[in-house]
Amino acid sequence: MQLDHEIVAGNLVFRVQGELDLNTAERFRLYVDDAMDRHRCYQAVLNLRKVTFVDSSGLGAIIGRYRRIAQRQGTISIVSPPPHVLSVLELSGIKKIIPVYSSEQKALAPEARMA
Amino acid sequence: MHERKTVLEGLVDDGGISVGHNNEVRLEMLALPENVGLARVSIAAFASQIDFSMGEVEEIKVAVSEAVSNAVIHAYPQGGWVKISARLTGRLLEVEVKDTGKGIEDVSQAREPSFSTEPGRMGLGFVFMESFMDGMDIQSIPGRGTTVRMWKECRPVEGSND
Ligand SMILES: Nc1ncnc2c1ncn2[C@@H]1O[C@H](COP(=O)(O)OP(=O)(O)O)[C@@H](O)[C@H]1O
Ligand SMILES: [Mg+2]
Repeated sequence: MQLDHEIVAGNLVFRVQGELDLNTAERFRLYVDDAMDRHRCYQAVLNLRKVTFVDSSGLGAIIGRYRRIAQRQGTISIVSPPPHVLSVLELSGIKKIIPVYSSEQKALAPEARMA
Repeated sequence: MHERKTVLEGLVDDGGISVGHNNEVRLEMLALPENVGLARVSIAAFASQIDFSMGEVEEIKVAVSEAVSNAVIHAYPQGGWVKISARLTGRLLEVEVKDTGKGIEDVSQAREPSFSTEPGRMGLGFVFMESFMDGMDIQSIPGRGTTVRMWKECRPVEGSND
């Protein structure tokens, strides 16, 4: 798994590549939490376009970020999950609590941030 | 059903090796997080010997990943071996993931959505295995270990005459 982040319009946009599973979930958690704490920014956008695999350990890491961000009155959204990742998101019910957008632009639109 | 008999199949029909749509693999690995990916990719490649769709192969990957991850996280706090075997019989894929670890006290409770004995985990592993495969069976004895069997049939694609 590879990760990078960028600040776009006051949001931390994380771009994830590769597999999000038991082996990488902890690294994902540390990276995201550390970036948010350093920038003191809890408006997160997770771009999953280049993610090749997610299972319940990977989802657990995403939900964990959602909880931590919610405690800090922040927001989180998911962008461009590939079809097989989307089906895992749907089955888990995560889609009901974390909004999913088809592009970073849509996730960053002011209307989206209101939700 | 479409039969793809090979010449070889006729030649080695003596009970030992069988080819074509009957095949079997066994993998044994230390219960470590870094081996989970190897397990799911190996079984996915094996399943691809019959014409599962790309989506179905992804589902098989998730199911295998869940079962092997459970052995790593729950069965062996001190480490141990996981045995994974997979069999193709005609258009049926069967996968078995076996550990000789801690075992499960209450299997029907463990299968419930959101049930987990580990704080911070989702309790969705068995739910994913069950939804992404056609069926799943769990045998477990506390203190002795757990064997998860799951199966999935490769159905002919609708609208194709393959
Ligand atoms: N191989 C195993 N050995 C021992 N306990 C297991 C095993 N697999 C599952 N369990 C138990 O079943 C529970 C539910 O498993 P699962 O649905 O995968 O959720 P999770 O892994 O998120 O806890 C686990 O929390 C654990 O207590
Ligand atoms: Mg699990």
